Amino acid sequence: MDNSATTKCFKDVAELMCRVMEAEYGNPSSMHRKGVEAEAYIRDAKKIISKNLKVSEKELYFTSGGTESDNLALIGCAYANQRAGKHLITTSIEHPAVLNTMKHLEEQGFRVTYLPVDSYGVVNLSELEAAICEDTILVSVMYLNNEIGSVQPIEEIGALLKNREKPILFHVDAVQAYGKYRIYPKKLKIDLMSVSGHKIHGPKGVGLLYVGEKVKIRPILFGGGQQKDLRSGTENVPGIAGLGEAVREIYLNFEEKIERMYALKEEFIQGILALEGTKVNGHQGRDAAPHIVSVSFAGVRSEVLLHALEDKGIYVSSGSACASNHPAVSSTLKAIGVKRELLESTLRFSFSEFTTEEELTACLEALKELLPVLRKFTRH
Amino acid sequence: MFQAFLIKYGEIGIKGKNRYLFEDALVAQIRHALKGVEGTFQVTKEQGRIYVEAEGSFDYEEAVESMGRVFGIVGICPVVILEDEGFERLAEEVVTYLKEHYGDCKKTFKVHAKRAKKTYPKESMEINAELGGRILEQFPEMKVDVHHPELMLYVEIRERIYLYSEIIPGLGGMPVGTNGKSMLLLSGGIDSPVAGYMVAKRGVKIDAVYFHAPPYTSERAKQKVVDLAAKVARYAGPVYLYVVNFTDIQLYIYEKCPHDELTIIMRRYMMRIAERIAQKTGCLGLITGESIGQVASQTVQSLAATNEVCTMPVFRPLIAFDKEDIVTISKKIDTYETSIQPFEDCCTIFVAKHPVTKPNINVIKRSETKLEEKIDAMVDEAIETAELIVVG
Repeated sequence: MDNSATTKCFKDVAELMCRVMEAEYGNPSSMHRKGVEAEAYIRDAKKIISKNLKVSEKELYFTSGGTESDNLALIGCAYANQRAGKHLITTSIEHPAVLNTMKHLEEQGFRVTYLPVDSYGVVNLSELEAAICEDTILVSVMYLNNEIGSVQPIEEIGALLKNREKPILFHVDAVQAYGKYRIYPKKLKIDLMSVSGHKIHGPKGVGLLYVGEKVKIRPILFGGGQQKDLRSGTENVPGIAGLGEAVREIYLNFEEKIERMYALKEEFIQGILALEGTKVNGHQGRDAAPHIVSVSFAGVRSEVLLHALEDKGIYVSSGSACASNHPAVSSTLKAIGVKRELLESTLRFSFSEFTTEEELTACLEALKELLPVLRKFTRH
Repeated sequence: MFQAFLIKYGEIGIKGKNRYLFEDALVAQIRHALKGVEGTFQVTKEQGRIYVEAEGSFDYEEAVESMGRVFGIVGICPVVILEDEGFERLAEEVVTYLKEHYGDCKKTFKVHAKRAKKTYPKESMEINAELGGRILEQFPEMKVDVHHPELMLYVEIRERIYLYSEIIPGLGGMPVGTNGKSMLLLSGGIDSPVAGYMVAKRGVKIDAVYFHAPPYTSERAKQKVVDLAAKVARYAGPVYLYVVNFTDIQLYIYEKCPHDELTIIMRRYMMRIAERIAQKTGCLGLITGESIGQVASQTVQSLAATNEVCTMPVFRPLIAFDKEDIVTISKKIDTYETSIQPFEDCCTIFVAKHPVTKPNINVIKRSETKLEEKIDAMVDEAIETAELIVVG
């Protein structure tokens, strides 16, 4: 129940990666046959992913994961385009990989606007339009929020940014959305898009940045000049091969799987709302992600409930896993106006294509049993 | 490069028949400390000295650092060991030693010879004078200074001859194992590991007990305590850590007793349980990190109320320390960074807004009578189900 934190590797992905590591472990930059073999894996992965995104293979760059992709997109574009302006726009509910990179850029002399969101966690287009100025060079908006599952109007934002005299670069953090939505950057007018391997049943330590052909960007890592000088460092061949295989597999019978996830989610939400003192955050229907449910439990501390569920073999997150090692309260929940007394009482349940109805029933049963007990014992 | 160390240890309190106990414990502790260090070491005791000799290559820095954590050592001297092949040969070796370790040789110096082997043909004073003369001859820029020499060259004549000039200070204290065993109440905070370190320094072997309250305290909180026990074990040798599941007892107290007395009553049960486990494992005392007035449960009245349930002595080495001084030691022994990880421990989860600061023992005792129905069985169960983790 914590598949937004990470997912289990597909079996075929793990097997393919083992093969690459044990047998075909060449360096893709080598001139000899071993190098060519390794390069073939990268080419295969690129073929799968470019077809899936309907972009050119030349527009794909492999990184160490979502965080590096976001860093490269934001820092690389900010510096490469600073002569056109030094203003950037993002939202207040982005992942720390974007928010903290923006903070870094502010220290370097860039100006950043953080757009608020409504109580469902969605940005308002007119507010975005109002924030744009002569100096704006880039807008970064996540496709879907990792804590409450809200989906942003990406297509509308893309249109807004490109139907201007001086078009503005558009970066989308699609780490949570990829594998749950069919995403075509060109159609959505996205210039840069971040993807992570381990959120789509692929390996950890590998990610992707889509960079549109005409985008001006500078590297943030320097070295041997791999990946057309944009991302130096020997390619993570097993990781990249695994990422390609994961993309292929997660999009098999795609519509059917997503349909099933929505059905499970609806059932789960009904079960949750039938419990006393619960509130589901964000949109509940098809306007939100098929796999994320954020619930506030009145009168229960999320950390305690989390450990009580853990005791029953059910793993969930308080806030997002990436932020849980900082006990600070979730900025997303604050941004959507969750009441103060509920901020520390909110858990995130997140599904995958492997989640079963039985698991959800067991989880609801566990909650039914635990909530009254935990509410009895609280700090006075 | 040095291949051996001479270990100096304190003499106080180890006279007479106990001396060999002290020395054997020290040898055992040094062997244990060197276990993880790259290299093979022989630790031997001869003529009131302990020597550590490395066979072949070894990690010098790590060896010194590891021995530096052994209580009872006053000084670690990197030493060159020579066979006795006549005085002429010794003089040559001394010159080589100085060339190797003090390349420029521009220091003031003094030779300090000690003839333990009385059959050696020269007396200590003669050795001092003759070796000093040889050094002046060889290194014209060196000068003798018998009062404040920059370089003191020790020459010890025993069955073999030992040359050394550097004494790396040790921690002092007494070797662990020479003063019985005590049970440390380890909470995960800054104080208790420091208290354990300090008592271990007096030669006391340490067992530890941790009160775990799942789901109110997390696996990470428990891991943090294991990590802290491991840090203490770097000094105190292996630590047997008993993890007691305290949730039911805590909730039972919460249900039955006034909320503002919760912390005191809880701590009284912790002490009772710790003492029972301590008796089982052969401990003779309890150790806590308490310090007067630090929090509500550590006022003198609270300490008295907590103390009242134990018959064993409770060692509180930090009792009169300020927090800053405790922090200084915790940084020195490298427990601070681990201690400040923000996981909730069982003392804070139900803490009342205004806990009693001056508990009256009679009132507390009356409140505890409300627990009579189940508490003994719960305590028994907590002790029986305690998980043992051997750390270090």
